[in-house]
Amino acid sequence: MSENIFKISGLTKAFGDNQVLKGIDLEVNQGDVVSIIGSSGSGKSTLLRCINKLEEYDGGTIQYRGEDISNLDLYKYRSKVCMVFQSFNLFNNLNVLKNCVKPQMLVLKRSKQEAEEIAKDYLAKVGMIEYINAKPAQLSGGQKQRVAIARALSMNPDVILFDEPTSALDPEMVGGVLEVMKKLADSGLTMIVVTHEMVFARDVSSKVVFMDKGVVAEEGNPQDIFTNPKNDRTREFLSRMLKEQESQ
Amino acid sequence: MNFFDWIWKIISEYYPLFLKGIGNTMLIAIIGTVAGFGIGLLVAIIRTVPEGKNKVANFFMKIVKFVLVAYIEVFRGTPMMIQAAVIYYGIVRGRMDLTVAALIIVSINTGAYMAEIIRGGIISVDVGQTEGAMSLGMTHWQTMVHVVLPQAIRNIMPSVGNEFVVNIKDTSVLNVIGVSELYFQAKSAAGTYYKFFESFVIAAVIYFILTFVTTRILKLLEKKMEGKKNYTIFGSQSDFKSTIHLTEDKAR
Repeated sequence: MSENIFKISGLTKAFGDNQVLKGIDLEVNQGDVVSIIGSSGSGKSTLLRCINKLEEYDGGTIQYRGEDISNLDLYKYRSKVCMVFQSFNLFNNLNVLKNCVKPQMLVLKRSKQEAEEIAKDYLAKVGMIEYINAKPAQLSGGQKQRVAIARALSMNPDVILFDEPTSALDPEMVGGVLEVMKKLADSGLTMIVVTHEMVFARDVSSKVVFMDKGVVAEEGNPQDIFTNPKNDRTREFLSRMLKEQESQ
Repeated sequence: MNFFDWIWKIISEYYPLFLKGIGNTMLIAIIGTVAGFGIGLLVAIIRTVPEGKNKVANFFMKIVKFVLVAYIEVFRGTPMMIQAAVIYYGIVRGRMDLTVAALIIVSINTGAYMAEIIRGGIISVDVGQTEGAMSLGMTHWQTMVHVVLPQAIRNIMPSVGNEFVVNIKDTSVLNVIGVSELYFQAKSAAGTYYKFFESFVIAAVIYFILTFVTTRILKLLEKKMEGKKNYTIFGSQSDFKSTIHLTEDKAR
């Protein structure tokens, strides 16, 4: 059995009166590609943000390789668990190459030369090597997201968390980004992906988690979830999503 | 003698006085703005530090932040002329060179305005970029220095320039403590022949030229900070045809 990366138990989080997470249990192993699906407001993104510690959670624990993440050095931990956002969040004052180089130099204390080599390597892998001199404002959404993925990869993380990486993209841009993500999945990278792309969840992920109203309603391998969902809410959600996406 | 004769006479007789006034006014305005910017930067950064987990540190920060807010409110809420008089007669008289005192007064006053301008600039940079930096393991300080501040400062350049122009004009209130800036010198020149109108017209024209030239220079600087609107495709920099020229910044 492959090594355990995350063991999340009883995770709770509220924003004021709004209880967003009501006790989440989830395990992620090395090499897993976990797709988290569910309707808006079900707590998917909040869960991801708690894992990266962008949000403080109220109760429960997140264990990373057997250690409670609240005992780990925050900055070191985050550099191992990088995040890719819906809105890309590239640094607008820096060009594409520097976007990928600066965090390496600042967080991992890599030399400029080493950082540039690594960055160029990953930028080539996501098909953005030609644009290393461009500023984010000069790129399309799909290009920005591929740079954001290269930026995360440049940190050589254990896990990359994807928070709806294609939701802000034009339909024709989605393909390129999913292509890159599929390549990453094939390379054995551990990924947790919050997504509305049902085809990606079904064909690429090794595990699908359906979240509903702050709890994990159902989880399992994609075949079981997509062909034989046990939970009514899952069935309803999937038929709605698949219908929508086929019509596009 | 008509109006223009008097103007000419005053200029030819007192031009050293006016030149010295211009020099002092610009010196105080430039150094006051730059130092004020430094003060404002420091205050704004401290005011945007997020709360940590350490209770003692949080309490300490609360006191510091309170003092900073008090500083901003007091210096924005009272006229610089009064500030100059109070500081001069209360603290520095006889202990300090007049020009140095003037520099300190203008810097502190400008700092109070700059603090708010820069804080606005920091807020104007979307939180997403801060989160992007944090999510990769960058500290608050690293995020500020490498991501937020460069953009914040570029965004507030028009306001900073505005503050500079205001300073050029507002140094005139320092005549209250006898600093020999442009207004003070014009008044001195006027006194000899009792030609106040002519003398102050000269001063007005000089003030206008100073502020006008300054705003033009600042505009050029702003353009430079915007950076290039095009970029070269990597791997074929020598081939000019491969350069992608964008007519305008897509982000705007």
